[in-house]
Amino acid sequence: MSDSSRPDPDALLARMRDAAGRQQRGRLKIFLGASPGVGKTFAMLEAARAAAATGRDVVAGVVETHGRADTAALLQGLLRLPLAQHAYRGKVLEEFDLEAALARRPSLVLVDELAHTNVAGSRHAKRWQDVRELLAAGIDVSTTVNIQHIESLNDVVAQITGVTVRETIPDAILDEADELELVDVSPDVLLERLRAGKVYLPAQAERALEHFFTRGNLMALRELALRRTAQQVDAEILDWREEAGIRRAVPAAERVLVAIPATPDAPRLVRAGWRMATALRAECLVLHVETAAVRGASESDRRAVVEALRLAEELGARAQTVTGIDVGAELIAWAHEENVTRVVVGRSRAASWARRFRRSPVDRLLSAQEGIDVHVLALRDTPIGSQGGARLSPWRGSVREYAFALLWVALAAGFGFLVRDVLSTTDIAMSFLLSVAVAGARSRPGPGVAAAIASIAVFDFAFVPPYYTFAVSDGRYLVTFLVMLLVAVAVSRLTSRSREQAVAARARERQTGALLELAQELALATEPALVAEAVGRRVRDSIGAEVAVLVTGNGDSLELASPSTIILDDKELTVARWARDRRESAGFGTATLPTATAFWAPLAVASGAVGALGVRPPAGELLREPERRLFLDAVAGQAAMALERLRLIDRAQHDQVEIEGERLRSALLSSLSHDLRTPLAAVEGAASTLRRDLELVAPSVREELLSTILDEAHRMGRLIGNLLDMVRVESGSLQVQREWQSMEEVVGVALLRLDSVLAPFRTTLDVPADLPLIRIDGLLIEQVLVNLIENAVRYAGAGGEITIAAHRVGDHLAVTVGDRGPGVVPEDLERIFEKFQRGTGVAAGGIGLGLAICRAILLAHGGVIQASAREGGGLLVTFTLPLSAEQPTPVPELLS
Amino acid sequence: MTLRTTIVLIEDEVPMLRFLRAAFGLEPVDLIEATTAREGLAQVAGRRPDLVLLDLGLPDLDGLEVVRRIREWSEVPIIVLSARGREGDKVAALDAGADDYLTKPFGVEELQARIRVALRHALRREAPEPVVTIGPLRFDFVAHTVHRDGVEVHLTPTEFKLLGALLRHPGRVITHTQLLREVWGLHTDEQVHYLRVYTAQLRGKLEVDPARPHWLLTEPGVGYRFRAE
Repeated sequence: MSDSSRPDPDALLARMRDAAGRQQRGRLKIFLGASPGVGKTFAMLEAARAAAATGRDVVAGVVETHGRADTAALLQGLLRLPLAQHAYRGKVLEEFDLEAALARRPSLVLVDELAHTNVAGSRHAKRWQDVRELLAAGIDVSTTVNIQHIESLNDVVAQITGVTVRETIPDAILDEADELELVDVSPDVLLERLRAGKVYLPAQAERALEHFFTRGNLMALRELALRRTAQQVDAEILDWREEAGIRRAVPAAERVLVAIPATPDAPRLVRAGWRMATALRAECLVLHVETAAVRGASESDRRAVVEALRLAEELGARAQTVTGIDVGAELIAWAHEENVTRVVVGRSRAASWARRFRRSPVDRLLSAQEGIDVHVLALRDTPIGSQGGARLSPWRGSVREYAFALLWVALAAGFGFLVRDVLSTTDIAMSFLLSVAVAGARSRPGPGVAAAIASIAVFDFAFVPPYYTFAVSDGRYLVTFLVMLLVAVAVSRLTSRSREQAVAARARERQTGALLELAQELALATEPALVAEAVGRRVRDSIGAEVAVLVTGNGDSLELASPSTIILDDKELTVARWARDRRESAGFGTATLPTATAFWAPLAVASGAVGALGVRPPAGELLREPERRLFLDAVAGQAAMALERLRLIDRAQHDQVEIEGERLRSALLSSLSHDLRTPLAAVEGAASTLRRDLELVAPSVREELLSTILDEAHRMGRLIGNLLDMVRVESGSLQVQREWQSMEEVVGVALLRLDSVLAPFRTTLDVPADLPLIRIDGLLIEQVLVNLIENAVRYAGAGGEITIAAHRVGDHLAVTVGDRGPGVVPEDLERIFEKFQRGTGVAAGGIGLGLAICRAILLAHGGVIQASAREGGGLLVTFTLPLSAEQPTPVPELLS
Repeated sequence: MTLRTTIVLIEDEVPMLRFLRAAFGLEPVDLIEATTAREGLAQVAGRRPDLVLLDLGLPDLDGLEVVRRIREWSEVPIIVLSARGREGDKVAALDAGADDYLTKPFGVEELQARIRVALRHALRREAPEPVVTIGPLRFDFVAHTVHRDGVEVHLTPTEFKLLGALLRHPGRVITHTQLLREVWGLHTDEQVHYLRVYTAQLRGKLEVDPARPHWLLTEPGVGYRFRAE
């Protein structure tokens, strides 16, 4: 048996999540008043002093004392944050310093007047956004607000007082408050204070406020404030009850759907729906059905829709725009899909004759309700098209359509004249009916109806007895006329509907198409720059806006992925960073930092934000239309996914490189420890033997030990030399100091250096004396030769032959070092130039750096080095160096 | 010759000091050791040595500066010791007046040969020999003739002048700058290719195997040296 008092698991989970979020978030305390002068600031300061007295770190962020001495006295002794200075149009304006508060990180910050609008140049447009950021940063906030500033009550207050308050705060922030304290005084006391001059009023608003401070107004406002507080308390009790597992006071969750039409009255509808939803503790959904008629509506009506949707979001409702043909059908479909229990719709007050003939969406809803309550609110003005009824706005046709319609009537008339003696009047009526149907099918309702009327007129005049008068002898013809009219209207309405559908489908198709193409391009993009270019191209083609894609780089920085025409100054970057970090849109056209030149959307994926997308719309466009935002959201989502994909690939590759590097390092370490310790061990052993038994050791053995010491020291010297060269190459400090050199001379120097090493071998030299001079770093190329010859010696075998040859090949100089050793298997010919690669089968070797150094040196010279199998066995290593186009200036011969 | 030679050794590394001490142990040499440049300068001034061995990498003062300060008042032969890869330092020291250099690591034979050459030059600094005989080669600077194994070798005036510049100090390295200045009167080392061309010609006329020269040696990155014996 189910236990009805057990808390709903989903709700419990949500509450736990909520509580977890709240632990990190700061606590918000709001002092709510019914009107100015009730003493909110005073109450807040008292509470703050009490908190400070317990040792909490309390800071006054911004407090308006309005010159009242008692309030100012309370402020004494509290730490005050200096206000930020903003230069605006030549004036310096002061504002709450959010940055300073965030940097200072107090335990509690006082931020007076929550509904305040920040001066231009601040991070946020509104102070309540500052407060939210403080809370998000884990700082507790105390603040004050008057009831008339609450968004959902805004119009009620306006109705009561006749004063419209422009500065509002979303209801959601009131709901977010951990504590709501009502600062209440009776209207009489308040009026007394007012008369005593204890209430501060701005001079310019004095007259308006005189109307405001009437006893009746104050009583009404006080009631509103009390009720709002009671509502909050109620909610808290319910929360507590649910937490405690006490049966829910409210039956199954209600859901309120507000359908907003394209009319200036739309925001009011949203507020009303929101109030109802709040009162019911229900979720609020706001839906706007966009039809062709709405798209054709006036700019101000369209803006009203956007405004209403924004308002809905601010209030905390879920706002959505869908494209459709039939508002009623969409509403019903949505209501069912979302399990809506109540629908709020608006209906124009003005009587419409059409309503008598046609079912409005409201009627449709009512008949289809099935458990849905429909609340109809009177609208102050007639909505455009769809929302009030699926009326089709582009009703009238073009001149061409009228001409076309009348042509068909003329054809029917001509046919009638030709056959009037053969066929009956009824048959002629049929031909007219055909022309009406055709005209209706090919045009809008206007021309269709025109065709019907013209047909009726012509038919009546020419074919209905008595002929050539409009009089009708037989009443039955009136029925014929009526049928013609109805056919015209019915056919043309059907046509218009499908036409509208086609238009909507095309628009959807265009955007879907653009997104699809973008997705295909992004799938192929191999680097962030290509992602940025694809996004830029699509957005430019679709809405004519310029784009900048910023990607999170090293650490926290934002880097431009590909060049953009959007100027990225400090301000834009701040907005972009904010959008990325908060994962919210910001900048142009939004409430956060709206003075930016671009709209910034976060590029966010599940694991975090990877960057920000900046969009600068063409001049005059606000980017507020829902379909624009939806499109940009989709673009940002796709771009974010593409960038994340690249980032993951990059990281995988990076890991691979790391692993490879690790492998090399360990190879080097094992190599080094072996190759350096072996000669050291020999030196140490030989030297210690000599010291201990100098006299006892036979002279021949002594000689041998001394030779060992010398040889091993030389070998170590070479190893260390190679290592040092490699370090120079790797660290990028390899500098090529080019000078005119003779290759013959460089070869000679290398051979001299290796004199003792080469002694046991047959060395064949083929270096012509007339080789051109070459601009190279003599020391480095000498090192290449030494390394190659040492390699050859190592593999040549005792008494083997080593050949060194240099020749001019076109505009290059090719130098070859060959041996008659075992050679290298073909697949290793390329590999031997890599670091730490040793030839196989030879024990005493280097550490596999010699050839890698050679390759690096040649690379720095613009040359190449390669190995090949030598004819008749052995290995040939050839390096080629480019010769300069010009030889040096000729040398003047001195006269004796 | 029972004349003892006094050598000031300015070197801060103990193993090198130990090695050089041992190397001179059996020679008639008074070795005076200094481990810093300042101490070395004081010893050179106080003891008036026959030769100075100077490590270029000293802790307190740049070796080049030491060469300059000694050369302000003394003509004592200076041999600098330096690591491979620091050719620029060597050239600077030579141009500042050092007589020769040794690249670490070096063997004791090489050290002794260089010291011999330097001491010999110190004895006849003022008057160069009119006739020099080295191995099968005989150079007569008065008659302007060169013979190899008794056969005259014909040289152009430039070749002869270059040879003269090298042979004024046989066995000693002469930097590119010094050679260009002495032979062509040039004051930069931009025209180093002049030297490449003429040393190649000289080798062609004097050496048995010009590709593996025995007499006219290249000091990579520094200059040229004519073997003394």
